[in-house]
Order: sequence, then structure tokens, then C-alpha cells
Amino acid sequence: MNWINAIVQGILVGGLYAMYATGLSVSFGVMRLVNLAHGDLAVGSAFLASTFCLSTGLSPFLSVFIILPVAALFGVGLQFLVFSRVVGVEPAYQIVATFGLSIAIQNVLLQRYSATPRALSIGDFGNRSLKIIGDQVVVGWFPLARFLVAVIMLIALSLFIGRTRLGRAFRATSDDPETAQLMGINIRIVYVIAFAIAVTTVALAGIFNGMQTQFSASDGPALLIYAFEAVIIGGLGSLWGTLCGGIILGVAQTIGAEMDPGWKQLVGHLVFLAVLLVRPTGIFGREELK
Amino acid sequence: MTLLEVKNLDAGYGQFQALFDVSLNLKEGEAISVIGANGAGKSTLLKAIAGTVNMNSGDVLLNGKSICDMQPHERLLQGIALVPEGRRIFRSLTVRENLLIGGYSSRSGSWNVASILEAFPILENFIGRDADRLSGGEQQALAIGRALMSNPRVLLLDEVSLGLAPIVVKQLYAALPIIRNKGCALVIVEQDTNQALAASDHTYCMLEGRISLEGKPSELTREQISQAYFGLGAHA
Repeated sequence: MNWINAIVQGILVGGLYAMYATGLSVSFGVMRLVNLAHGDLAVGSAFLASTFCLSTGLSPFLSVFIILPVAALFGVGLQFLVFSRVVGVEPAYQIVATFGLSIAIQNVLLQRYSATPRALSIGDFGNRSLKIIGDQVVVGWFPLARFLVAVIMLIALSLFIGRTRLGRAFRATSDDPETAQLMGINIRIVYVIAFAIAVTTVALAGIFNGMQTQFSASDGPALLIYAFEAVIIGGLGSLWGTLCGGIILGVAQTIGAEMDPGWKQLVGHLVFLAVLLVRPTGIFGREELK
Repeated sequence: MTLLEVKNLDAGYGQFQALFDVSLNLKEGEAISVIGANGAGKSTLLKAIAGTVNMNSGDVLLNGKSICDMQPHERLLQGIALVPEGRRIFRSLTVRENLLIGGYSSRSGSWNVASILEAFPILENFIGRDADRLSGGEQQALAIGRALMSNPRVLLLDEVSLGLAPIVVKQLYAALPIIRNKGCALVIVEQDTNQALAASDHTYCMLEGRISLEGKPSELTREQISQAYFGLGAHA
């Protein structure tokens, strides 16, 4: 029964990883941008939420309604000021720019908040749980809610990209930016919106992570690795693949922890490497990405 | 009345200059062809008009108004649509979605999905299918239809016949009079000289980035065209 519980917990953690990875998937899928500062944006959002909660006394859940619009605006600013100069050019420029941004965010956070970890308290809700099978399989209400939010977010994004006029423009720009311009699409605007979505989703993930566990200024790169692994397992540019990748990574980690508490990260990384070896394009990735 | 005017255009890619002092005129409702060998600068000329290649000097005027400073999406709104070489269909979109994206920034006009399907009936059976599953001819029909969805005043056609069977080329060219009848002027770039000359009112031949010959197809001799096309005494 412990194994079933481990798998259930892994699926729920996978929702968080999918949330992290969605922004990475959108920015890569639409802009072909690999953002190395992705994890730091999540941590930065969690700190902002912490500041909001401490100064207003309001719940972290309410902070979402303030922090997410701020994150979207920050994404717009970043795209205009930094990433518009590196999209569509040599990948080396992207790596330097996003790595530099990552270092800058970490240092700003260290300067402002010090190295002391913080957490976002959600009170008693964080401890409430639902018994699925006796005491053997127990699901926390918060992880369940977080998973549902991740699924709702992916459904909304999927509908937006698949069914709307702007979503079609996203896909056309992803396929061929030059021809997309010939269709009257202003790809600069598409990139701005795509990056705003990417930052908003990772901000949400950062806040949800902060409600579950402690976070500190230097956590960004570790979160980036989880996001990368989920995206690559699921397939670059595929939203549902991202959820699948997140769940596989989460389940691998909880099964690893079930075998030996020290193996949690190791088994996750091994599964990631195995997928990379067997199917380099990821489970839902397109063949031509090879 | 002149609709599109290219004046003394120099353009290229970075340090490489591909066009030298190119000038041409397109009247309302007219079809002109631009012929020339590989690397003559034909596609670069169309890209410069559409705005995807930077101009070094010269001017491009639409209805007497310069469009040089406009981005490609702004030129489309002014009525210039390009059917790019190699079709460049959006592979992750269906046929219908490709047509709809063509009308993303549409001007008002008579072209819509229904009228496109009427002009290109071969697309009708594949409307819900992924565009990358179409044959080359069907993709070319889709590329033309997609460009028409913006209701252009000038349609730039780059190598429509490239890699297609003669029967398919014939079907595609049969649609050009329908497009002209709806008030759209055409600039046809082709390596297939016979096809281009038959479909146009005026032709320009390009050689090494320059206009080497121009005139009405009926008034040009085979020898003149060969000389201008291959450069045999073209600059003499």
C-alpha cells in the first residue's frame, strides 16, 4: 500500500512540476527561448508574495491576485528590455542573457531578504488531508488543490492556444516567425504575450511551492532543473506533455524516496536520463526535433 | 494607374548586396512577371517589397505612398501579400486554420474561406486536416489561398510551380485569372519562363540582381529573353 501512496503523492507533486514547466514550455514553444532565470522568477514571486502577506496580514491565496498581474507586467518589461534582443539570434546570446538575469535576481533577493529561508503560511489548510484508502493512502487537501489548479491552468492554456485567434498566431509564430509576419502577425506582440504568460505561470508555481515548503534566494536553479526535466520528459513545446512529464518526474521521485529517502532526487534524474536516451524528443515531442 | 512602384532599389542580406538599382511598375489589375535564373534576385525582390529583407536604398511606393518604413505586418494591412517560395505552410495548423491565420489582419474584401475553396476546390476535402499532410500542389494552393485571405491589392507569387507536376501547375495558374478578376494585381516570380510569360501583361528579366530586360511578352523575342536570362551580351 505504501507504493500506491507514493505514486499518488508523486502525481500530486507532478502537478507542481508541471506548473513550473508550463512557462518554460510556452517560452520555448513560441519564442525558442531557453530561460535559465525561470526558477529564479518563481522564487522572486514567492518572496514578493511573502512581503505582501507580511505587510497586509492577508492570506497567501489572496496574494496570487496581486502578484500574478505584477509578474505578467514584469514579464512584459523583461521581454521588451532584455529578451527581444536575444530571440531569433544565436542561442549563446540567450544563454548569457538569461544566465545573467538569473544571477542578478538571486543577488537582488539575497540583498533584500538575506539567505534566511521563508515560507508562506496557509495555516491549518496545509495540514488537512483526505483518507482515500484507510490510513494507508492519504491525500493532503492542499496538494490536491494545487494539482487541480495546475490541471485547470493547462486546460485554460490549451484552449487559448488551440481555439483562439491569438492562440493560432502563437502556433504560427512557433512554426515559422518570418511567414507569420507575412500573415499580418506582429510577432513582437506575440512574444511579449507569450513571455508574460510564462512568467505568470511560473509565479503561480513559486507561490504554491512557498505554501508547501521553505524557499530561499538561491533555490531558483534547482527549481529550473525540475522544470527542465518535466518539459524534456513530456516533449518540448507540448503542454499536456508537460503535465505528463511533471507527473512522471514526481512519481519517480516519490518512488525513489520510498526505496530510500536519499534516492528521491537520484531516481528522478535517472528517469529523466532514461527518457532522454530512449526518446530524445520526449513523450509528446515532435519527431523532427531530433 | 500605377499601384506599386519600385524605384532604384538596392537590397540584400547583411553585407551581401543582392539587388542593384531595381525599378519596376505594376498597374491596378495588372499581372507582371519577373523571370531569371537561380540567384538572379527575384525572391529577394519580392521579400524586399513584402518587407522581410532590408533595403539599402531606393523606394517602394504603394499608390504613390512610400511603404519602406513599414514592418511586414503593416505592409500586409496596406494590401501587399506574399506567397513565399517553398510554400511555408504552418505545419501545426490545419488547412482551415492556415486560411484563418491568413486573414489575421485582413482588409475588407470578397475573399473568405468559402471563396478560397471555390477557387481551389482541391482543398475542400482536406479542410480539417493537418496542413503538413497535404501534397505539394495542395500546399501551394493553400499558400495562395492563405495569402488571399488578407484581401490584398497586390499578390506576390514566388515560384508557384517549383517542384510541382505540370498538371498541378496548370491547375494553379488557372486560378490566377479569377484572382485578377477580383481586382488583385499580381507579381509572378518564376523560373518557368513560358508559364510566366503566358500569365503576365508585362515581364521583367533579372540577371545578377539587376533588371536585364523588360517589355510586353508578345513583343519580346526568344533570343532577347535568352540573352537577358543567361547574360549572353546582356550588358553589351
